[in-house]
Amino acid sequence: MDRDEQELAEAFDATVAAEGRIEPRDWMPEGYRKTLIRQIAQHAHSEIIGMQPEGNWILRAPSLRRKAILLAKVQDEAGHGLYLYSATETLGVDRTELTEKLIDSRQKYSSIFNYPTLTFADIGVIGWLVDGAAICNQVPLCRSSYGPYARAMVRICKEESFHQRQGFELLMTLMAGTDAQREMVQDAVDRWWWPSLMMFGPADGDSPNTQQSMAWRIKRHTNDELRQRYVDMTVPQAAALGVTLPDPELRWNDERRAHDFGAIDWDEFTAVVKGAGPCNAQRLAHRRAAHEGGQWVRDAASAYAAKQQTRRQEGEVAA
Amino acid sequence: MSMADDVTAHPEGEPTITEGVTPDRTWPLYEVFVRGKRGLNHVHVGSLHAPDDHMALHNARNLYTRRNEGVSIWVVRADAITASSPDEKDPFFSPSADKVYRHPTFYAIPEDVPHL
Repeated sequence: MDRDEQELAEAFDATVAAEGRIEPRDWMPEGYRKTLIRQIAQHAHSEIIGMQPEGNWILRAPSLRRKAILLAKVQDEAGHGLYLYSATETLGVDRTELTEKLIDSRQKYSSIFNYPTLTFADIGVIGWLVDGAAICNQVPLCRSSYGPYARAMVRICKEESFHQRQGFELLMTLMAGTDAQREMVQDAVDRWWWPSLMMFGPADGDSPNTQQSMAWRIKRHTNDELRQRYVDMTVPQAAALGVTLPDPELRWNDERRAHDFGAIDWDEFTAVVKGAGPCNAQRLAHRRAAHEGGQWVRDAASAYAAKQQTRRQEGEVAA
Repeated sequence: MSMADDVTAHPEGEPTITEGVTPDRTWPLYEVFVRGKRGLNHVHVGSLHAPDDHMALHNARNLYTRRNEGVSIWVVRADAITASSPDEKDPFFSPSADKVYRHPTFYAIPEDVPHL
């Protein structure tokens, strides 16, 4: 590191330590840039892939009201993906390249979306538990040291609140219905609870990058801290709903002023991350088909733009 | 904060069409500015790619104003924006630092003089 770079690094560290924000054309360490690109791209991909499990139910939503809500929610997920791709581009990558990396499995997305949505109750549980976990993860990122990421997170968090509340309302409606509907909700909770806990990532002891990311203020709490916060927030919500969280070891610990909960099946987590989840292949194949199938739309838009430009030029010549 | 803070001009300058590359890779980057309501300035909200100005405006409407976030949108090609250097030590801003007499607090006025 030469002297100039030393000075730049010190200025960067001082800005971050003082809770200042790093902006796109500021000097930043190469590791910071790379980690951010990986983190934000993975987040963007999760939003894009996350449209699939819910999109699965748009045509089968039980009423026009539920269909309109679900459409709006899936559209939001697309929007969140685009805000985040926009943020990664400020770091000098191209979003087309990121899409290619996703469909070539060179970049990851959240493992939660590799589980199937078997009933309409899953739509409610995704809103409540999955979006609830996402909010828990994302609210602290509104204070990320990287300005464009923090600003994208502010927009996203505002919209996630609608997602979580519509899910909870959907489940309350089902719980006020028939026994079969209540069983459907409990079944969905049983299937989604543990994968939701896995959304916070490996236990702190197995998360080697956490310390550096926290020093850079692009991660504000450890995985286990956020997971604990999520469990404590969710338990009273489950009680209000009248469902049982599928963990016999889940109980309040008065000494810790927090809930104890059972061990997570990390073998399952690792297997799903590595591609062995129930829907990994299907999600990627669908994303690839959508990208390739949409090529003619992009071609048509380009052709239209070129034609309009030619006409304008001809118009200018004639005038 | 300068208006063009998030702007990334294409690092290699004007994009060129290369064989085997999808056309949208070459679509220009647009920065999007939204006026939240009448009486406020347009504020930068993000960026998008589009084949031309018109489609950029429509995409910006769909992407950045799904919940009444705005009453007016500007889209500007990123490569049309000229931005100052982000380095705070840049001498560009130093002329404004040494003119303390431009601020009202520079002038000592007795406290019992009203309305000043």
